[in-house]
Amino acid sequence: MKKSMAAFHYIVWMVIFTVVPMLLILGYSLIEVTDNGVIHLTLDYIRKCFEPIYLQIIAFSFYTAILCTALCLVIGYPIAIILAGDSFKHKNTLIFLLLAPMWMNFLLRTYSWLTLLERNGLINRLLTLLGLPNHSILYTTGSVMLGMVYNFLPFMILPIYSVVSKIDSNLIEAANDLGASKWNIFRKITLPMSIQGVFSGIVMVFMPAVTTFVITRLLGGGQKEMIGNVIEQQFIVSGDWSFGSALSALLMVVILVCISFSNRKGTAEKGERGALI
Amino acid sequence: MLKKAYVYIVFIFLYAPIVILALYSFNDARSRGSWGGFTLKWYVALLNDKSIIQALITTIAVALIASIIATVIGTFAALGIYFMSQKARNWVMNITYIPVLNPDIVTGVSLMLLFIFMRIPAGFMTLVLAHITFNVPYVILSVMPKLNQLNPHLFEASEDLGASMIYTFFRVILPEIRAGIVTGFLLAVTLSIDDFVVSFFTKGAGVNTLSVLIYAMARKNVSPAINALSTVMFVIVLLMLIIVNKRTKNEEILN
Amino acid sequence: MKQEAIRLENVTKSFDGIEDVLYSVSMTVEKNEFFTLLGPSGCGKTTILRIIGGFEKPTDGNVFFDGKKINDLPPNKRKLNTVFQRYALFPHMNVYENIAFGLRVQKTDDATIDARVTEMLELVELSGYEKRAVTSLSGGQQQRVAIARALAVKPEVLLLDEPLGALDLKMRKEMQIELKKIQRCLGITFIYVTHDQEEALTMSDKIVVLKNGVIQQMGTPIDIYNEPENAFVADFIGESNILSGTMVHDKLVNFMERDFVCVDSGFGENKPVEVVIRPEDIKIVPPDDGMLKGKVESITFKGVHYEMIIDAKGYKWMVHSTMHPLQGADAGMDILPDDIHIMEVQH
Repeated sequence: MKKSMAAFHYIVWMVIFTVVPMLLILGYSLIEVTDNGVIHLTLDYIRKCFEPIYLQIIAFSFYTAILCTALCLVIGYPIAIILAGDSFKHKNTLIFLLLAPMWMNFLLRTYSWLTLLERNGLINRLLTLLGLPNHSILYTTGSVMLGMVYNFLPFMILPIYSVVSKIDSNLIEAANDLGASKWNIFRKITLPMSIQGVFSGIVMVFMPAVTTFVITRLLGGGQKEMIGNVIEQQFIVSGDWSFGSALSALLMVVILVCISFSNRKGTAEKGERGALI
Repeated sequence: MLKKAYVYIVFIFLYAPIVILALYSFNDARSRGSWGGFTLKWYVALLNDKSIIQALITTIAVALIASIIATVIGTFAALGIYFMSQKARNWVMNITYIPVLNPDIVTGVSLMLLFIFMRIPAGFMTLVLAHITFNVPYVILSVMPKLNQLNPHLFEASEDLGASMIYTFFRVILPEIRAGIVTGFLLAVTLSIDDFVVSFFTKGAGVNTLSVLIYAMARKNVSPAINALSTVMFVIVLLMLIIVNKRTKNEEILN
Repeated sequence: MKQEAIRLENVTKSFDGIEDVLYSVSMTVEKNEFFTLLGPSGCGKTTILRIIGGFEKPTDGNVFFDGKKINDLPPNKRKLNTVFQRYALFPHMNVYENIAFGLRVQKTDDATIDARVTEMLELVELSGYEKRAVTSLSGGQQQRVAIARALAVKPEVLLLDEPLGALDLKMRKEMQIELKKIQRCLGITFIYVTHDQEEALTMSDKIVVLKNGVIQQMGTPIDIYNEPENAFVADFIGESNILSGTMVHDKLVNFMERDFVCVDSGFGENKPVEVVIRPEDIKIVPPDDGMLKGKVESITFKGVHYEMIIDAKGYKWMVHSTMHPLQGADAGMDILPDDIHIMEVQH
């Protein structure tokens, strides 16, 4: 018996529960079942994804996800750099505190903002106290964005932090030794070397952001829809599996293309590093 | 100074909602806008809420069953993959990465389609199957690095000394990769407990995990019992993390 | 006339207030000197280098550069550069950019940078490697780039922290000669840290031997080899036979139950001392003609000479000689007065 047979049951499992479901998605997006049970191929559902109304939702999803990723990068990058530096004595505690909310249920984290944002929630109360007019903050693009940034910010900070904190302190000393000022060290050493972390941060924020349907539902109140919401509706409410599958397939392709692109970059860098050893 | 202030502001942003939620869980007034005095009644309500307790039991049961099965499947799978030819290994690893990289919603709906296609009625069973599916890759990815660190001649040495394959696995290999298996198992448990999206699409009527229940409740009228629930969960998570952190630190000192 | 480049004055360093890593170190490095800090690991040699480089501040004492106190000057303001232990090349830059780094920081114009980098690459014999990724170079090549990078900004003093430690023996020998050549050719001061005594003896103009943060001896390689000031130095610089003896009076020492004529004086009368004798300074003579008589316990062929262990009255002597008696046979040993080194007993 070959030793690689130890993976046999796993391969069977993965074929049934991963490969077949993927094929089902692709299959459903390409077939139509007529009322009398006849199945035939069609491109209608793929085409439907590109109808203006859905195209608009897709565009909105990407816009929101890109904006969220950009905000996370702008807010998170300095945090990662500061935490990797020596401003704080109890660095590990801070990293721990950064991680802790991530281990709390994602829905509860999102839900907590409901409390703060709703009409008679804390933020509006504060505004009233200050004599400012009440705003309906909840169920707007702003509240969705807030929820996303809140949920995904640590995903941006951590990869950048881990890359930057691993930079050999000798490199910083060498640059300093060669006359570089603090700013120059950041610009010429830390920044270019942190790019790898930025890439993984972008992927780790963008992916869940573009596919979310929970945050839009809870904080957007169904006003602002994203691809995820449309997919959910097709499967849960309207039962249009074919259209839902077509959208899922589309999403899958986009994500896999993004990943293989960022992966190729990753492995190229790994290859270079491998030559060092 | 400016740097520190900035970090503190971001941490306030991260913790404010959690802290306020926790405060409200002790608020006697039902409306979240006002403070009606200190109370523990929401915690009592939580304990008496059958649907929440039921969901909690389901969540833990699914997480444990799925993680144990996923750990067994994943460990043997990693071992098999380790012995594969480069080409076969690449193929299998590519498939392994699919559930990791795929958006949760796609994994969710694809499994939903599968269960309907296979005529498996949605319920506890489908939930467990779905969780095993997305957990196994993480177990493999935790065990593989440990296997790759092994001296490749360990197997040969053991067989050379007359040990059977089974004996070699349990007495020689398993002790070496135990850390990876434990990590994989813990990762699987946390992912299971935290999962909402896949559970949402693969659960049957009447079967709720905590995540799914919270989603349903948050959309309707929000009960302050959820505040109590999230406070309890956050405290548990915090305690667990502190214990794990302490333990790893102690181990580091010992080493 | 000799000019002072760097001077340390009673430099003491302790980390976190615990034990002293350096204790009251004073030394002067002259211009154009190849100056070596030698000692076992943990002796504080790297700490001295880091204090000179500006990466650590002395807890106490002063550092002077060209006669000016530089205790508080940050590394980027010091006219000296460091070649780091594991090179510390910037992995995201190619060879050219690594070498140009310091010049770019100084906002040097491109033409000057180009000329300087080319010149440096020629100096370290890596012409044509400009566009190569530093991670694709061998250890020896990376080492050369690190040297070129440090030299590109024309430092007055170059600090080298065990630069050859990661290279294999053959490469190390080549680089030793190369480094010495570069130092002569540029006429700048090198401060070199190593734990390899042979390397130190080969390359240095002056050596400082350190132990536990205290200077043991400072001098030329020949001084240090021939006249070690204490048993530690004697043992660290080459192998030695170290015995305890008694100074009878000036120029007469007693050890191994016998008086020997020697050349040292000033230790007092009937004072306990340590006696150091190099293995190559012992002459093998017929058993009964020697000052000492022993039994040959082992003989190892070492290429140029034989290494013998000779047991005489319980002390096992190490002897290097081109001829040898038979193993197990008796042998006589003669030692000339010049080759008997007397030192004070260490505490």
